[in-house]
Amino acid sequence: MRRVVPIGPYHPLQEEPEFFKLIVEGEKVVDLEINIGYNHRGHEFISPTLTWDQVPFLVERICGICSDSHPYAYVLAVEDCAHVTPPPRSQYIRTIIGELERIHSHYLWLGLAGHFIGYNTVWMWVWRYREPLLDLFELIMGNRNHYAINKIGGARRDIRKEDFPKIEKYLDLLEEKNAMFTKAILDDPVIRARLEDVGVLSKEDAIAYAVTGPTARGSGYAIDVRKDDPYDAYDKVDWNEIVFEEGDVLAKAKVRLLECDESIKIVRQCLKNMPEGSIETRVDEIPPGEGIGRHEAPRGEVFHYVRSNGSNMPVRHKVRAPSFMNIASNVVAVRGYSIADAALVLASVDPCYCCTERTFVYQSGKKKYSGQDLLKLSWEKTEKLKRRYKK
Amino acid sequence: MGNAKLWGLKKSPWVFHVAAAPCNNCDIEILDILTPRWDVERFGIVLVGSPRHADALLVTGVLNRKNLPRVLEVYRQTPKPCLVIAIGACACHPNIFQPSYNVIGPYDKYIPVDVYIPGCPPKPEAIILGVVKALQRL
Repeated sequence: MRRVVPIGPYHPLQEEPEFFKLIVEGEKVVDLEINIGYNHRGHEFISPTLTWDQVPFLVERICGICSDSHPYAYVLAVEDCAHVTPPPRSQYIRTIIGELERIHSHYLWLGLAGHFIGYNTVWMWVWRYREPLLDLFELIMGNRNHYAINKIGGARRDIRKEDFPKIEKYLDLLEEKNAMFTKAILDDPVIRARLEDVGVLSKEDAIAYAVTGPTARGSGYAIDVRKDDPYDAYDKVDWNEIVFEEGDVLAKAKVRLLECDESIKIVRQCLKNMPEGSIETRVDEIPPGEGIGRHEAPRGEVFHYVRSNGSNMPVRHKVRAPSFMNIASNVVAVRGYSIADAALVLASVDPCYCCTERTFVYQSGKKKYSGQDLLKLSWEKTEKLKRRYKK
Repeated sequence: MGNAKLWGLKKSPWVFHVAAAPCNNCDIEILDILTPRWDVERFGIVLVGSPRHADALLVTGVLNRKNLPRVLEVYRQTPKPCLVIAIGACACHPNIFQPSYNVIGPYDKYIPVDVYIPGCPPKPEAIILGVVKALQRL
């Protein structure tokens, strides 16, 4: 017999409003319905009412956890549109902040995942070592979150020479603690039992649902904007892409933990090789045209599109956040597991509903479209049109 | 009875967290003050899972058309008297989201708010100070 277990919208499990309907048979989850939209604030509508330089402050507030990723992608998009290359020093600064943000976001997820499986010790310990990182942000940029470091044509603030040792010192601490967490989490038999072979997302499904970020890399699908289409300082540093084949929650956790090590490596190299010079190219006007910007946020690829008509405001600004695709993959990942695992599986993609709520997807009836179905529909439509034009 | 409840409120307020349409930052900072550096559980402040157990509501984010009825329902379920603490600039005023078609204004238009803690996001120290001030007001 089928029953529905509603989760949300104001559920203590996750701090954001979202609504899941778990359709269960006994203990087993057989289907999932996702209902979002509680968080829609209309960023794409507000953006064309602001000037080019004001928009980073708005897109920063799309999501507080990736508050560097959205302005980063936006700034890359506008620079693409205006054909501006920022000075090398600013590129290194942006890369450093982007990577530090990845560490803070992955730690946040790790802590919450620990909380979801009832290991509050993991939560407390991980967040304890996340705290000095927020202090570092405050030191460099004046705010613990919402850093406002990205600016069209460069960076808004410089990293001072005397702050370098403090960053290095934190990285040393983090390297040690990250090794500890990795060992603790991989060695603990209970955590392993809870995470291993739970919420498996196969590589085919990962591709069909177009997931990105650690969710894709945990399923053996190597996709990373930093490697595939390097920007700023990412092609000047040496680092590895972490990919695991299993597709379960443990694989996603491993990807995130090991990515923190890679981020530490990137930040170290950036600090070592950071060139001197100005941090900003002056951009006087944005010519008519369009531009795209892609940045690998902690959760996956953030995509921004802007169109300009030569005025001081964007005409159109489109945002696509990684969680938009990742959340949809929950439908296949959660199917067949027990209700007790559902909380963890739903959280394993590191969902960010604030980022996601740009567009509404309306599903009518029971029909769900995978990438292949959509392609098929598209092909059918072309065929139909072909027939019509033949007549 | 009212006084007894107020006295009870003062000792160890249990809080329920209502995130209307936040950007997550205030919410993360609220969780942050439970973690070792600030550790407000020392003072008996506990995040609870149901508004029916709560003495105070921590509201964050702006209100929009879809979540207003839900937020009002959560407020209705909270036993009165209760404290409503608006955390973050968005909860105090829509600010940057003012022009949006979906954002329908600050909390105090719909529910009585006791304390406003502005900031984007407010620092954990500021949140703790705000809660202390709210308790002193009782």
